Amino acid sequence: MHALHQVAHAFFNPHSFTLAMPDVWAGFQVNLKMMVIAEALVLVFALGLAIVRGLPGPAAKPLRALAIAYTDFFRGTPIIIVAFFVGFGLPGLQLGYISQLSFITYGVITLTLVYTAYVTEVYRAGIESVHASQRAAARSLGLTYMQAMRYVIVPQAVRRVIPPLLNDFVGLQKDTAIVYVIGVTEAASLAQQFSTKNGDFASYFVAAVFFILITIPLARFTDHLVAIRERRERAQAF
Amino acid sequence: MSPAATSSLDPGSSFVHVRGVSKWFGSLQVLKQIDLDVGEHTVVCLIGASGSGKSTLLRCLNLLEHVEEGDIVVDGQPLTNGKVDVNAVRKKIGIVFQAYNLFPHMTVLQNVTLGPRKALGVSRDNAESYARALLRRIGLEEKADEYPDRLSGGQQQRVAIVRALAMGPKLMLLDEITSALDPQLVTDVLALVRELAESGMTMILATHEMGFAREVADKVCFLDAGRILEEGPPAQIFSDPREPRTREFLARVLEAEKLA
Repeated sequence: MHALHQVAHAFFNPHSFTLAMPDVWAGFQVNLKMMVIAEALVLVFALGLAIVRGLPGPAAKPLRALAIAYTDFFRGTPIIIVAFFVGFGLPGLQLGYISQLSFITYGVITLTLVYTAYVTEVYRAGIESVHASQRAAARSLGLTYMQAMRYVIVPQAVRRVIPPLLNDFVGLQKDTAIVYVIGVTEAASLAQQFSTKNGDFASYFVAAVFFILITIPLARFTDHLVAIRERRERAQAF
Repeated sequence: MSPAATSSLDPGSSFVHVRGVSKWFGSLQVLKQIDLDVGEHTVVCLIGASGSGKSTLLRCLNLLEHVEEGDIVVDGQPLTNGKVDVNAVRKKIGIVFQAYNLFPHMTVLQNVTLGPRKALGVSRDNAESYARALLRRIGLEEKADEYPDRLSGGQQQRVAIVRALAMGPKLMLLDEITSALDPQLVTDVLALVRELAESGMTMILATHEMGFAREVADKVCFLDAGRILEEGPPAQIFSDPREPRTREFLARVLEAEKLA
C-alpha cells in the first residue's frame, strides 16, 4: 500500500498536476506548431518523392536512385541522430542563413526529413496499388504521364493511403518531443524542468495527457475511414 | 530506295496501314509479322482465340504497347519511327477496353470531359455540354453526375465508349468490349457500336461476338498464335473459310454458342 501511495503521489499528485499545467501547455503549443508545419511539408515532399521514384524510363534512373537513397537513409537512421545532424550540424557549419535558424525550425526540418521518408513509401504503395489499366485508360485519352498521375492515379492512391498515412502522423506528433534534445523548448522539456523544480513527476503525466488527447481523435478518425472503405468495398463485391 | 521498300511504307488508300509488326513479351512472341489495312469509314473485326494477339495488336495501334518491329501508319502519320508525339496520336485514336476502365473517383460527366479538357484544352462548359449531348444520345444523360459503381456493366461500357468519342477520334479501337458483360447487357452496347459503324466511324474490333462481326464488319481477320492467318469479307470467312485452323476455331465457337 505504501509503495502504491508513493507512486500515486509522485506521478498523479493533483496539486502538482494543476501547477504543472500552464508550463507544459505553453510547451505543448510548440509541439502543436511543429507537428502542423511538419505534416503539411511532409504531405507535399513525400508525394513529390513518391512520384519521382515511380518515373519511368532510363533517363529518370539517377532521379529514382536519389529518391531511393533518400528514403533508405532517413528511414534507417534513428530520428535522434537526424536531430543531432540538423540541430547541431547545421549551425556548426556556419553557412549564414541556414546556420542561424531557430531551434523550432531545426526541429521541423528534422521531423520533415524523417517522416517524408516514411510517407513516401506510403504514397508509393498507394500509387502502385492503382491498377495499370487506369493509367492505360488515362494515357489512351492523350493525357501526358504527369496529367494521368495528377488526375487519375494520385487521387485514387491518396484515398487508399489515408489510414496508413494518418498512422505515420501519430508517430510524427509524438516525435515532436524528441527534438527537445537539440534545445527546442517544448512540452517534454518544460515537463522535465518542472519535475526537477517540484520534486515529483506529475508534469510528465500532464505532457502525456496532452499527447494522448490529440492522438486518440486521430486514431478514431483513421478507424472510421478504414471502416467506411471496408463497407464500400464489400458493397462493390456484389 | 527499291520499289518494294517504297510500297511497304506507302499507306496507299488505307487509313490504318500495318506492315510487318512483331511484338515480344520477354521471349514470347505475341505478334508475328502482322500486315493489316483498314480503309477509312470501314470496320475490321479481329477474331481468334484468347491469347492470339488481338488485344496486343489493338494496344500497339495507339502505342499503349511498344512496337518492337514493323511499321504502323495511321491517317498518313507514321507511328513507329520513334519521332512521333504519342499523346497527339492518342487524341485521334479512341480505345475502349474489356473491363471499361472508367475512373472510379470521377462522375460519369467528369470521366467523359477529362480528356477533352486536359488533353485537348476544351473549356469546361463546352466539354460538358458536348458530353451531355453524347450521353443523351445513349440514353444516359440522367447518370451524368453518378459515379461509375452506381451503373450496370452495360451502362459503364457505353460511358467508356462515349468517353472515347468525346475526344472526336478518327479511329476507334474496341477491345472485346462485351466480353465482361452479362448477355442481357450486351445488346445495348452492340447497338451503340452498330450506330457508330453506320455513322462512318473507322473501327477495329477485337470480338468474340461472331454474329455481330458478320453483321457490321467490312473485313474479318482471323488471328492465330500472333499471325493473321486469314482475312476476307465476313461472308467468306464465316461461310467458306480457307484455312483449317479458321474452320476449327469457328466450329468450336459455334458449338459453344449452341451450348450457351
